[in-house]
Amino acid sequence: MTKTFKGRDIISIHDFSREEIEHILKVSKDMIPAARGEKRNLSLEGKILSTIFFEPSTRTRLSFEAAMNRLGGSVVGFSDPEITSLKKGETLADTIRMVESYSDVIVLRHPMEGAAKLAADFTEKPVINAGDGAGQHPTQTLLDLFTIWTEKKDIEDKNVVLLGDLKYGRTVHSLAYALAMFGANLTFVAPEVLQMPKEVVEHVERQGGSYTSTNALEDAIESADVLYVTRIQKERFPDPAEYEKVAGMYRVDNEILTNASKDIIVMHPLPRVTEISPEVDTTEHAIYFKQAFNGVPVRMALLALIFDVVK
Amino acid sequence: MKEIKVAPIKNGTVIDHIACGMAFKVLKVLGISDGEVDSTVSVLMHVPSKKMGWKDIVKVEDKELEQIEVDKISLVAPEASINIIRNYEVVEKMDVSLPDVAIGILKCGNPNCVTNANEPVETEFTLKSKDPIRLNCKYCDRELDDIVDHII
Ligand SMILES: [Zn+2]
Repeated sequence: MTKTFKGRDIISIHDFSREEIEHILKVSKDMIPAARGEKRNLSLEGKILSTIFFEPSTRTRLSFEAAMNRLGGSVVGFSDPEITSLKKGETLADTIRMVESYSDVIVLRHPMEGAAKLAADFTEKPVINAGDGAGQHPTQTLLDLFTIWTEKKDIEDKNVVLLGDLKYGRTVHSLAYALAMFGANLTFVAPEVLQMPKEVVEHVERQGGSYTSTNALEDAIESADVLYVTRIQKERFPDPAEYEKVAGMYRVDNEILTNASKDIIVMHPLPRVTEISPEVDTTEHAIYFKQAFNGVPVRMALLALIFDVVK
Repeated sequence: MKEIKVAPIKNGTVIDHIACGMAFKVLKVLGISDGEVDSTVSVLMHVPSKKMGWKDIVKVEDKELEQIEVDKISLVAPEASINIIRNYEVVEKMDVSLPDVAIGILKCGNPNCVTNANEPVETEFTLKSKDPIRLNCKYCDRELDDIVDHII
């Protein structure tokens, strides 16, 4: 059964059942015309959303702001460069209690794991986690699921290849878990040192998910419906030499995509650097810009559900 | 079998049925090596036991354990039994059972966890499995390694 969404915090993808996620996806689909500006929807008129970003993430913040504006609501907030209170040593708990009085819903991004959970302990207002360090980023996971679901009509039994930094990449951990919950077949493609951590694999197994691990992209994409590419981030590596070894290992270009089905979709949470060649952008496979847009209807759906203006 | 050569205590707490070798961890949990107890503590190690084969026993004189200390002991010696002694009599048996939620008795081992950042919250860990004991932080969701080292 689905719990009510009214007033609910959105902290972790683990807080949602499959039925609840399916419901969010359906509502998201209904939001597309309003997300594109083709239809007016003022159901959150008079409501204020605050964006509290303790580290920069322009695209996530813009996506939330667009979603709130598309529903007729307003946005207040601050992001990284303006944060002076943090330097003065104000606790997150105090910041949240201050912000609570200015807004009806709080969107938080913070470098420490568990920050959103803590924030939710200190306010009655709903808190949406927009990323907490190496922890959770549930709205990214939902928009990724929504993209696969709308492009491929279903998630169950789809072959999904997750490629790149599977060790440190936060988005792929939550995504792997959620895809397993939906019964997708997973293939983890990464250099040995960046393979999926044990606890994530355990999570996938507990969901009854099937997966294989490999470092051979050519073979993995042959039967793939979805290729999900992530960036290998230099700053994660203590030793720059280690980074250089793996950085250029995978590059998705039109040549490698000749191994894949003509219907394969290529996804990426963005920003990309060199892991997807620009020549892919103009092919039917490239879905990543559409995926970024999908953040808007998905976040609109969550806001509408939290404020109980849709059922 | 020889009689145990440690006299019964008049007042205090007897922690019996500690898994063999875990007595020192119990002492650590009780803060005995940190000078938090100012009475006699006797430790019996490798004592024959009908139930367990071998066991350890810790006796703390003139101190009755509080629930929070019992909760901490449950993390290192879940099999233990705790008796409160007054005038050589057992007046109370305290239940050592793993709490489903451990609040404020453990520090999260993840340095990037928000509970390690001077926020006004108590740590909270959820029991994921009893044997072996596995606990997850409510905030960062990481599993706690080396439980004994993280008891506050
Ligand atoms: Zn933690």
